[in-house]
Amino acid sequence: MNPELLLSALMVASTPILLAAIGELVVEKAGVLNLGVEGMMIVGAICGFAVAVETQNPYLGFLGGAAGAAALSMIFAFLTQVLLSNQVATGLALTLFGLGFSALIGQSYSGQKPPATHDLWIPLLRDIPFLGPVLFRHDLMVYVSLALVALVWAVLTRTRIGLVLRAVGENHDAAHALGYKVVRIRIAAIAFGGACAGLGGAYLSLVRVPQWTEGMTAGAGWIALAIVVFASWRPWRVLLGAYLFGGITVLQLNLQAAGASIPVEYLSMSPYLITILVLVIMSADRTRAAMNAPASLGRPFHAAA
Amino acid sequence: MKRRTLLASAAAAALIAGKVSAQDKVKVGFVLVGPKNDGGWSQHHYESAVKMKEHFGDAVELVVQESVPEGADAERVLTQMALAGTDLIFTTSFGYMDATANVAAKFPKVKFEHATGYKTAANMGNYSARFYEGRAVMGHIAGKMTKSNKIGYIASFPIPEVIRGINSTYIHAKKANPDVTISVVWLFTWFDPAKEADATQALIDQGVDVILAHTDSTAPLAKMKEHGGVYGFGQAADMAEYAPEPRISSIIDEWAPYYISQVQSVMDGTWEAKATWDGIAEGMVGIGEFSDVIPEDVRAEAEALKQSIIDKSYHPFTGPLNKQDGSPWLAEGEVADDGALAGLDFYVEGVTGDIPN
Repeated sequence: MNPELLLSALMVASTPILLAAIGELVVEKAGVLNLGVEGMMIVGAICGFAVAVETQNPYLGFLGGAAGAAALSMIFAFLTQVLLSNQVATGLALTLFGLGFSALIGQSYSGQKPPATHDLWIPLLRDIPFLGPVLFRHDLMVYVSLALVALVWAVLTRTRIGLVLRAVGENHDAAHALGYKVVRIRIAAIAFGGACAGLGGAYLSLVRVPQWTEGMTAGAGWIALAIVVFASWRPWRVLLGAYLFGGITVLQLNLQAAGASIPVEYLSMSPYLITILVLVIMSADRTRAAMNAPASLGRPFHAAA
Repeated sequence: MKRRTLLASAAAAALIAGKVSAQDKVKVGFVLVGPKNDGGWSQHHYESAVKMKEHFGDAVELVVQESVPEGADAERVLTQMALAGTDLIFTTSFGYMDATANVAAKFPKVKFEHATGYKTAANMGNYSARFYEGRAVMGHIAGKMTKSNKIGYIASFPIPEVIRGINSTYIHAKKANPDVTISVVWLFTWFDPAKEADATQALIDQGVDVILAHTDSTAPLAKMKEHGGVYGFGQAADMAEYAPEPRISSIIDEWAPYYISQVQSVMDGTWEAKATWDGIAEGMVGIGEFSDVIPEDVRAEAEALKQSIIDKSYHPFTGPLNKQDGSPWLAEGEVADDGALAGLDFYVEGVTGDIPN
């Protein structure tokens, strides 16, 4: 088995869930629980695919995917932030709606081939032995996803905007008393989460598979949601979780293909098992992990209440 | 007449009318494991159902439920269909077998047909196609087309149906090319395009250059097309949108004639629960066009193999064949009987790896 190819495939396989998870992390940090990630991802997958096919430009496709999913997330934002509907129920409804809606607009796109998303040409670095093929021969979106993790981390921990966002997530009444626009900030966070999920979905339909098939996310959104929780709402742990999950998924397929003498049952459950195990061990200190969950997560806010 | 009686009698009349027209029509239900446009297995069942509906026109009412998970959900969906007055229900995935049997026991007047399983009851038949005959032809082509002598097989669940396909592929690839080896990757899903694409990539990374898939989407072919230089086959559907390469031929499920004949027998009152297992000769398994990418002589050999299966002069499981552990299975010239094939749970000699439980 070739470790270069394996590690390189790991990055591609992990990117969709990483994108979706880092977006959801920001949403949850603002105190909103959006269970519609799966629905937003699949809408992103078809919007991205459709735009890319019509324009023959994969990058416009990614933008289209992000825009489509962000627009869908605005339905959620309107229902939960303005009409104060139950977030869990609305999120689940968003997933169901997204799956059906994407199937509807995707009717004419099955069997089509998207324009190729080429790898970036990074001179010198790409020629480093081992590290070159593993790290520096990917398409733009792989680096965008990594940059997003760094950006989210930096903004959340090092900037005033991040502090305000976290304050809104921890105690929206206090944040409101201090004069921050709780609802507006949350809507912005939801839109960001939607756009990230859309990018993840578009990455599935434009790079990882690459084609449009109804229901093609097949649960990736739920994995992203789980990774946010197991990463105890920390950006770098989200990266670790996503790469662990994606990595072990690819590794177990490669081990099977290479004919390793490990029973297949263990191999196929290993991505779920190991990802959960590692992240649970890392957050073993229960009091600290519990403190990390945004205190206002999932609670509706109304200025008059 | 008082207004109330008028309304009541109108309602009663409507009820009777509804009853009569419901009896005239045969209500046929289909339960699909994936979306009805997955490009493969479920789509072909759906299209065959639509052909059946077109054949009978207004005499048939068609009900389709797509993307039904195997297990408890299936039982709920089937119960609902039966309660809604469906006369004949086709359940089109192996994993629906127990759910179908349970619901069939509860609704003795409703007729059930389960695809690719082995259970029957007074009101539950089963039907399947001898896909392994198609796999034999594909296996021969795969053996001839591989340059690295490595072929790959993306497998879904470890059920006899899938294991037959792997064995048949390997036996005939090996006959065509004694140096060939087969790598099997189990996905434990019928439909997950991302996983199917990842498995394809993993096989390609291992040096495999011909890949057969026993999952439902076209994702493996999409990945092969992106990669280039790798050949694959249409599975369940022709998948001609990926021809002439990477798709170089295909196994096509032809369910429509069977659906038409079964619905007809319900109309005639002659339906009875039986087990149907038809192959290329009966028209239930179709072989897609051989692409020009395949050399002329290999195409001729594949065609000859197909003909010998059709005229029954050759059976894909003909001895001498040993089991994977080297113990003898079929003696020289001996042909596997249907009972043994229906419950096949071992690899033939030469296939590496273990079958998961």
